[in-house]
Amino acid sequence: MLRDAALSALVAFGLFGPMIGLKTEVGVAAIELIYRPIAVLIAVAAVFFGRLALLAWKSTRPVAKAAPGRIAGGMAYVGRYLTPIVLVLTITMPFYAERYWIDLGILVLTYVMLGWGLNIVVGLAGLLDLGYVAFYAVGAYSYALIAQNFGLGFWTCLPLAGILAAFWGVLLGFPVLRLRGDYLAIVTLAFGEIIRVVILNWASLTGGPNGMSGIPRPTLFGLVFNSGGGEGSFADFFGLEPSISHRVIFLFYVILGLALLTNWVSLRLRRLPLGRAWEALREDEIACRALGIDVTVTKLTAFAIGAAFAGFAGAFFATRQAFISPESFTFIESAIVLAIVVLGGLGSQLGVALAAIVMIGGGEMFRDFQEYRMLIFGGALVVVMVVRPRGFLSGRTPSVSLGTKRKIGADLMTEGHG
Amino acid sequence: MSAVLSLSGVTTFYGAVQALRGVDLVVNQGEIVTLIGANGAGKSTLMMTICGSPRARDGKIMHHGDDISAMPTHEIMRRGIAQSPEGRRIFPRMTVYENLLMGAHGKPEASLGTELDQVFTLFPRLKERLTQRGGTLSGGEQQMLAIGRALMSKPKLLLLDEPSLGLAPLVVKLIFNAIRELNRTTGLTVLLVEQNAFQALRLAHRGYVLVNGSITMAGTGADLLARPEIRAAYLEGGGH
Repeated sequence: MLRDAALSALVAFGLFGPMIGLKTEVGVAAIELIYRPIAVLIAVAAVFFGRLALLAWKSTRPVAKAAPGRIAGGMAYVGRYLTPIVLVLTITMPFYAERYWIDLGILVLTYVMLGWGLNIVVGLAGLLDLGYVAFYAVGAYSYALIAQNFGLGFWTCLPLAGILAAFWGVLLGFPVLRLRGDYLAIVTLAFGEIIRVVILNWASLTGGPNGMSGIPRPTLFGLVFNSGGGEGSFADFFGLEPSISHRVIFLFYVILGLALLTNWVSLRLRRLPLGRAWEALREDEIACRALGIDVTVTKLTAFAIGAAFAGFAGAFFATRQAFISPESFTFIESAIVLAIVVLGGLGSQLGVALAAIVMIGGGEMFRDFQEYRMLIFGGALVVVMVVRPRGFLSGRTPSVSLGTKRKIGADLMTEGHG
Repeated sequence: MSAVLSLSGVTTFYGAVQALRGVDLVVNQGEIVTLIGANGAGKSTLMMTICGSPRARDGKIMHHGDDISAMPTHEIMRRGIAQSPEGRRIFPRMTVYENLLMGAHGKPEASLGTELDQVFTLFPRLKERLTQRGGTLSGGEQQMLAIGRALMSKPKLLLLDEPSLGLAPLVVKLIFNAIRELNRTTGLTVLLVEQNAFQALRLAHRGYVLVNGSITMAGTGADLLARPEIRAAYLEGGGH
């Protein structure tokens, strides 16, 4: 035990020695190096005794593992009651929450939708896609370009943005058909960057780094939302006091509707032969071939449908912001969406929603902590992955059942596996 | 008797390595034909070549008079051929029921009553395990599931790749009995690839011996069983 603790302290010394022990400070003539041996000592001592305490605590605990069945059962129980509660809280949100919270809700819902969309590709079909943001960007720029060049409204452009994104999904799908796992991930990552770089450099079309502004806002059956009210506006039609919060609430319900559509479609697809083929593909591609499943079509549809939802979300993003630039579509966005899917539990719809609330909402909460934000964020990710390596809610409900549905507990799922 | 499947001069390569060297083989309607051979002889390669993955570089594979050697795999499998692949390859996280549905080429669930009944009559054990996850089944049950899954598409020709792999003798017997029963009652044509030469030759009407990618011997099951060179090479210590 002592040896273990001493070893930890040694590692800590190696790490903290240069990191804490040396500090640069702007001196009179040049940057001066200040040595802080006491601080290093404190840090190393903290690690030593911390490790000792942890080991002591572990040795007093019985070795027996907590009954996994109980945890899984508890999770299923929570899931059954949590879904309607979350849904009701979300739908009624504009009635009790302030403007700031509704804005945050719109942001979270956008990520919930992206998470559910990516869940089709990663969670169901098992195709690790690190370039998902590319389709989000395609959707956003499709809407912006069509709206500005052809004067079409949001509701006309929304399906077009989805179709265009799906088209790019298929285009990405073709070259990566033969790839799996790590190789697939690298190519999708590159694809995501290609789209961003093209947008950045094709300045004559996309405005390059300046982005595109003045993207039209959505309307409700022709009624516009503006702060001034006036003829043909939402406020005028219903005889309300003109207010900008009408538009925010409207946007909130639009993204809620889109997200629920994504959820409904993926739940529906899972029960159809196509969805089952995706899951089978994730499990064993060779078996799928042996059973006469057209692997090419199955993979391409997964890419296309996943991409279409990202396209919808992208169009919504563009109309909400009224301004888009390549900065919004960097790799970190793909990473966040993927983290949401993995944290929530691959294939779990409620888990993804909760993870989006924690990741995006939590990220906003910690805005006050400034530089510690990423530290807390990273630490939280590590803790979740240690405590629940398969995500918050990672059970799998069979897509077909005879009589009672038996949830397959999280403990039976594969860990860290696409 | 008409040929359901006939291979002539089939060669297959993995990159530069030649796995099959001009294989000729015929499977007739209603027959159980077995292909025996040692590890690495090319048995599974032959099976996969019939399914078009990998593709044959030379030679012809005919199914009911049509050349299928250039067809995409999923189209070959939709001509009434089904395969229970080597190592079973069931879907471990899906339930037994879902696994069975996967074998039915995406036909709607409601229309599969007779197919399911056939599988359950053959392997009653699967019915008891219907809602269980595939990966939690025992090896024998997984093999039953793999065969049951293949039967869900109502095949006319069943390809079985080493169904006895890693199973206890009693379970092997049960599975071989099921294959015999299936052949007798429904007239299903079976091509069986096996290392377990003794059992396979006793079950089959005819057999082929594959050595280093070429067929070296062919004959009826009983005929091959009686040959001394077969006994020496494949049955030493393996006979009961």
